[in-house]
Amino acid sequence: MLSKGLKRKREEEEEEKEALAVDAWWLDPSHPAVAQAPPAVASSSLFDLSVLKLHHSLRQSEPDLRHLVLVVNTLRRIQASMVPTASLPPVPSVPAAPGMADNLLASSDAALSASMASLLEDLSHIEGLSQAPQPLADEGPPGRPTGGAPPGLGALDLLGPATGCLLDDGLEGLFEDIDTSMYDSELWAPASEGLKPGPEDGPVKEQAPELDEAELDYLMDVLVGTQALERPPGPGR
Amino acid sequence: MAGAGGGGCPAGANDLQWCFSQVKGAIDEDVAEADIISTVEFNYSGDLLATGDKGGRVVIFQREQENKSRPHSRGEYNVYSTFQSHEPEFDYLKSLEIEEKINKIRWLPQQNAAQFLLSTNDKTIKLWKISERDKRAEGYNLKDEDGRLRDPFRITALRVPILKPMDLMVEASPRRIFANAHTYHINSISVNSDHETYLSADDLRINLWHLEITDRSFNIVDMKPANMEELTEVITAAEFHPHQCNVFVHSSSKGTTRLCDMRSSALCDTHSKFFEEPEDPSSRSFFSEIISSISDVKFSHSGRYMMTRDYLSVKVWDLNMESRPVETHQVHEYLRSKLCSLYENDCIFDKFECCWSGSDSAIMTGSYNNFFRMFDRNTRRDVTLEASRENSKPRASLKPRKVCTGAKRKRDEISVDSLDFSKKILHTAWHPAGNVIAVAATNNLYIFQDKVN
Repeated sequence: MLSKGLKRKREEEEEEKEALAVDAWWLDPSHPAVAQAPPAVASSSLFDLSVLKLHHSLRQSEPDLRHLVLVVNTLRRIQASMVPTASLPPVPSVPAAPGMADNLLASSDAALSASMASLLEDLSHIEGLSQAPQPLADEGPPGRPTGGAPPGLGALDLLGPATGCLLDDGLEGLFEDIDTSMYDSELWAPASEGLKPGPEDGPVKEQAPELDEAELDYLMDVLVGTQALERPPGPGR
Repeated sequence: MAGAGGGGCPAGANDLQWCFSQVKGAIDEDVAEADIISTVEFNYSGDLLATGDKGGRVVIFQREQENKSRPHSRGEYNVYSTFQSHEPEFDYLKSLEIEEKINKIRWLPQQNAAQFLLSTNDKTIKLWKISERDKRAEGYNLKDEDGRLRDPFRITALRVPILKPMDLMVEASPRRIFANAHTYHINSISVNSDHETYLSADDLRINLWHLEITDRSFNIVDMKPANMEELTEVITAAEFHPHQCNVFVHSSSKGTTRLCDMRSSALCDTHSKFFEEPEDPSSRSFFSEIISSISDVKFSHSGRYMMTRDYLSVKVWDLNMESRPVETHQVHEYLRSKLCSLYENDCIFDKFECCWSGSDSAIMTGSYNNFFRMFDRNTRRDVTLEASRENSKPRASLKPRKVCTGAKRKRDEISVDSLDFSKKILHTAWHPAGNVIAVAATNNLYIFQDKVN
């Protein structure tokens, strides 16, 4: 649950008022809630939360596909509702922010924004909103931590604010990480079971790998943080 | 709160009085991750009850037969067999660990003295044979009683070995291993009514197997888009029709259920029937899709209906009507105003299962705070019960629970904000013939029986 006393940075005062108003609505248990008066525009916090979840999900070695798809679809809805308010000044590249978390989140938001091209074309205008709060306190029931713990995002430090995109081509980039066309290929035969190849009969969708090995290695290195993002994304993506 | 008031009504002839029977599992507050129960399933007769846990183990309980000298133990379930079904594996190609957690167990109908079940983790399905041994042979010619080989030249007479009783031994052995057919995580397995084939479903594909053949399977549903960037929907559950061996259903993260007929084409990407309830515009929110995501789908025993579980409700569908369900039961409507918090702590992604009673007259599903809900389809009454150690006196009746949403909390009611969201009942099972239910609460298995029994 969000802490009421949490201070946030806002570019515009109106943002602040709107955000606070929405937050208050969230915290009010007796509010007739979403069911009866869905807000026309999502709070930026909801957006940030969703981006955090997306991040967290993608950083898993094997993302839970259902969770990922649901978060992405929710993010789309939120983004769609935020579009009309795209009249804000762009965010300064590296805000003099108190605390690592804000920096990381701001920069990671910037990178993600650009990367989700199909979703977030307009979001460059409203990045100013994305000064996310400190990792959300888990006051309530001990559910799964909502991601965003600063140590976990250490690797993303290398994603400079506007230095181009880790995953440039929209959602393709997001899912490339888990693209399994190589896994599907007939050449693969795991040592453990030693079975005959070709587990699937019937029509099989053969796909050429979308990334070659070198690019995949490069991406992994960037994610792991051993290499700074230097070159622009390759062709064909 | 809507839907929890049934317990207060006077008991009628058809009313069931649920009583605590047994609880299995450790009492420790400190729960080992490996002990968390991840699936519960009765076999076809109900005499056996299997559980799978996150540590890859399967524990099978057997119901005691009637015994006049110990009347109270009638119907008790005791451990019959325990074995390690799956071990953690390492996928060297992707540098990933494959969890040993048992996602599903499904029993095969009994055809001989042995019992068979399918158990699956994220990637591999195994067929296990559970057999009893209560005799052993004595009097071999070629070896001594202690197993040493005898010198054949010393044997002057032949004898016929005889069978002697021994203490019952239950052995579990893996008979088939069905591997390497799933790229994504397996969420469902379902044995066909032909008793020869079964299906396995992962996030994007469904495969059809023959129980005898492990080196190949047929892909019958493929929802993987050509470009993964276009992925917007995954498969969440699948099940074969109980009587029609060519029919199965699969549910999706978008709240839709598709019924497919394998006679129509080899690849069932196109459905025969499409079940979806149109969204109520007044309750639309950013979380609409997430809460509509179906976490479980089950055919009724009759085969005429099917039930889908989404985050807040259970819906019963008539297979002949695709446009809307014939019944909708609210499980915990009081959570609708908490969706944002539940999204934050990821509880909104919890996958609750549901089950039918043997006669299809009632349905059951779990909730939070170790509560579970039962809906009687005939009387239209529902009740909220709790699986907890505090309410676990032998043969004690379960008291109906109530959640209050307003400011005025009555005695014995619990307020929404006091609910423990870490105590979730995701897995429940109902005896196929009688009124016995099994409820998994984290690492404990509760068994409740009907007093009338």
